[in-house]
Amino acid sequence: MDFGLSDEQKQLIESLRRFISQQAPLDTVREVAKTNQGYDPDIHQGLVDLGIYSILVPEEYGGAGLTFLDAAVVQETLAGGVIPSTYLGTSIIAPTLFQVAGNDAQKAEWLPKISAGECRIGVGISELCGARAGAKLTLNAGKLQGKVLSVIDAMAADTYLVAVGRDTLALVDAKSPGLKVTQMTGIDRTRSLGELTFNDVACELMGEPAAASAALEQALIAGRIALAADTLGAAQEMLRRTLEYAQQREQFNRPIASFQSLKHLCADMAANLEPCRSLVWYAAHTFDQRPEEAALMACHAKAHLAEVGTMVARTSTEVFGGMGFTDLMGLHYWFKRIGFNRQVLGGPEHVRDEAAILQGWVPENHAKGVAAYASY
Amino acid sequence: MDLSYPEKYKAFRQEVIDFLKQNANLAPTADFRLHRPDQKWLDWQALLIEKGYTARTVPKQYGGYGAEPDILAESILTEEFSRAGVSQGLDNQGTSMLVPTLLEVGTEAQRQQWVPGTIRGEIIWAQGYSEPSAGSDLASLKTHARVEDGHFIINGQKIWTSSAQFADMIFILVRTEPDAPKHKGISYLLMPMDLPGIDIRPLVTMTGDATFNEVFLTDVKLPVDQIVGKRGDGWQVANVTLKYERGKLGNPREAQQRFERLVDLMQQETINGTPLMENAVLRDRLLRLQGRILAMTYNGQRVLSSDLKGENPGLAGMLIKLNGTWLNHELAGLAIDVLGELGILYDNSPYENEGDWQRKYMFDLGLMIGGGSTQIQKNIIAERALGMPKEPKYAPGDFPIGGGN
Ligand SMILES: Cc1cc2nc3c(=O)[nH]c(=O)nc-3n(C[C@H](O)[C@H](O)[C@H](O)COP(=O)(O)OP(=O)(O)OC[C@H]3O[C@@H](n4cnc5c(N)ncnc54)[C@H](O)[C@@H]3O)c2cc1C
Ligand SMILES: Cc1cc2nc3c(=O)[nH]c(=O)nc-3n(C[C@H](O)[C@H](O)[C@H](O)COP(=O)(O)OP(=O)(O)OC[C@H]3O[C@@H](n4cnc5c(N)ncnc54)[C@H](O)[C@@H]3O)c2cc1C
Repeated sequence: MDFGLSDEQKQLIESLRRFISQQAPLDTVREVAKTNQGYDPDIHQGLVDLGIYSILVPEEYGGAGLTFLDAAVVQETLAGGVIPSTYLGTSIIAPTLFQVAGNDAQKAEWLPKISAGECRIGVGISELCGARAGAKLTLNAGKLQGKVLSVIDAMAADTYLVAVGRDTLALVDAKSPGLKVTQMTGIDRTRSLGELTFNDVACELMGEPAAASAALEQALIAGRIALAADTLGAAQEMLRRTLEYAQQREQFNRPIASFQSLKHLCADMAANLEPCRSLVWYAAHTFDQRPEEAALMACHAKAHLAEVGTMVARTSTEVFGGMGFTDLMGLHYWFKRIGFNRQVLGGPEHVRDEAAILQGWVPENHAKGVAAYASY
Repeated sequence: MDLSYPEKYKAFRQEVIDFLKQNANLAPTADFRLHRPDQKWLDWQALLIEKGYTARTVPKQYGGYGAEPDILAESILTEEFSRAGVSQGLDNQGTSMLVPTLLEVGTEAQRQQWVPGTIRGEIIWAQGYSEPSAGSDLASLKTHARVEDGHFIINGQKIWTSSAQFADMIFILVRTEPDAPKHKGISYLLMPMDLPGIDIRPLVTMTGDATFNEVFLTDVKLPVDQIVGKRGDGWQVANVTLKYERGKLGNPREAQQRFERLVDLMQQETINGTPLMENAVLRDRLLRLQGRILAMTYNGQRVLSSDLKGENPGLAGMLIKLNGTWLNHELAGLAIDVLGELGILYDNSPYENEGDWQRKYMFDLGLMIGGGSTQIQKNIIAERALGMPKEPKYAPGDFPIGGGN
């Protein structure tokens, strides 16, 4: 019985933090954010060298074959530096999709590339949590037609994995004729979302309907836990910066950290955030160790981190006073990360509704209702 | 992350589950906050001590089971008893605060005299800390004693003294060294409640029950050897006791149990024939609380792991009382809203839900205040976990009472 991170995981965090402070501090991130690509070749190479892209790839495909918790811890640590990278799509969601739905040839082709950081895969699965009007993809005679919204890591990707309905999964080259990629400009410039329009686009299918559907479900779980971990990392960093600033800033001849109203705000943030570490670690642990619990834990981790993350984002901005509101301190980069994570792959109300369905607390017809709008 | 329990604990867990299946019907349900434990309580307590399910680590020579401390075994016991909804023995000021304090800092004679009867439930204790002018600022307490003929002569007043109306004994903080600085002048005494000069007046709480009291002390004579630790060491001894008190409040298992009752309630109660669980707004509130409970449950496992390794859990431990008591209060509040108009019913009124949610909702506020209030918990977290500056200290008279200039 040992609930917590292993020494190896702690070392991994340390080496990532060192890389972030030396190679990708906020000033570097600011420059990358201007490009709106959510990606930078130098940072990418540095992360590849640290081996983090190989974590979820099995050893037989050249990966490290580690656990999902390792990947979640990486996601959390990257968020501490608001690092622009395609880690979420390429290294967390894509390997999950390939492993559940890919055939041997597809796995042999793609998993080693993922592990070596040689591909960047955008993931279009957001219609699984509810499709907006006009967003729908169909498959006619092997060709894709229609539109996918909110594709994760869209702008930097050279390949896309997209859901067609709930039981078909298609692999598409970014340079395919008939495919148009449009930036969806958002608050978080360290990551990119995009709209893909398909006009008779050739694709490669992955898995039979049952396997594809299982893969998409797993991908959603993986993505949600990773986003929760990301918010955890971002919120912890905001609190850390807030405490540092509050000790230095003086007003009324005393550090503002000595005002009890601010002490209590910080205590509230800490008391809410600290248990989130255990929640996220446990959710990540279930993904491969207790899979029967993973879907529910993913919903709860996603929803709870959205709530606590939002509270920390607002409160720490307030403690900074006018400085929190400016670009000077850069605090808003984490604020926006947390805002992004809250909405993507199901906002808190949506995932809590799914959690209720998973626990059988709502009747069939309600479950059908949600499935109906989710499967469009 | 390794969540498996070693093999021997699986057998232990099974043994506990079997015991509970066979004996749950013997477990008492009467509230020990209002009355002395009845015979059913005493029998249950005796059975649990015999099995080692309560007073587990109290040494045999003091009437306990005498097991080595074993955090996993303790946690299995708490888990299984709470899952079964069965009391794991008397959990009062005597068993959960005084006994561990005496075992840690009491004399051999004190342990022999007080521990056996206390763990059996025969000696009931009250905790005499708070005073009208010494609440959060406990060390400013004024009840005092002078020494005459080998006796302390005690004068003063205690307040909020739970169980004093039926207690046999009180562990009480008294200023014995009037010239020493405020934290160094206090002694921790053990005093019978039937001495001449003790006047106990029940205080009715907002729940309508008189669970606590005012205790007036006028020239009460107590032999000087009835002291734990040395004269003037009372503050350290009191903090040993407080450590055990804080460890108890806000346990997420209580929240989990309440949550399960709330789920049943929302599935069973109907309005216009529709279960309340189908109300999307109430259901969302329920799920928000479930997320918090899960976070606190896994935080508890993390704290347990730290304890196992002999490490200080730090912030993860400090936040339990703050978050846990609030969470319980919120759960009761949601149950009341779920019940709608019937949610206001009280005192076994017809149609009142057996969950007794209003009483819980109110009593929880007491738990948020007592044992170190919510605000004091936040001060502690800010100062000790986050390293923020300490509260300024003021001398008496720095602020005129009643506002003014
Ligand atoms: C949108 C915007 C527009 C502005 N426009 C102008 C303008 O046009 N002209 C101009 O002169 N100024 C302007 N300001 C500045 C504004 O007046 C200051 O930001 C404000 O007075 C707070 O001061 P500060 O930012 O230095 O924060 P600080 O005073 O450093 O406060 C930091 C934190 O400490 C807290 N704090 C400070 N003192 C105490 C205390 N005694 N007790 C408890 N908490 C305390 C604050 O609430 C805050 O949370 C603007 C600010 C903003 C955000
Ligand atoms: C149900 C219940 C049972 C109890 N049982 C016992 C018992 O058996 N024996 C016993 O000795 N006592 C008992 N108490 C008393 C309990 O320990 C005190 O109520 C508690 O210590 C708070 O003291 P107080 O009530 O005087 O409030 P005060 O200390 O007067 O506090 C009033 C308000 O001021 C706030 N406050 C105080 N100091 C600070 C600060 N430094 N910073 C910010 N805010 C502050 C508090 O948080 C609170 O909101 C019990 C209390 C309750 C509610």
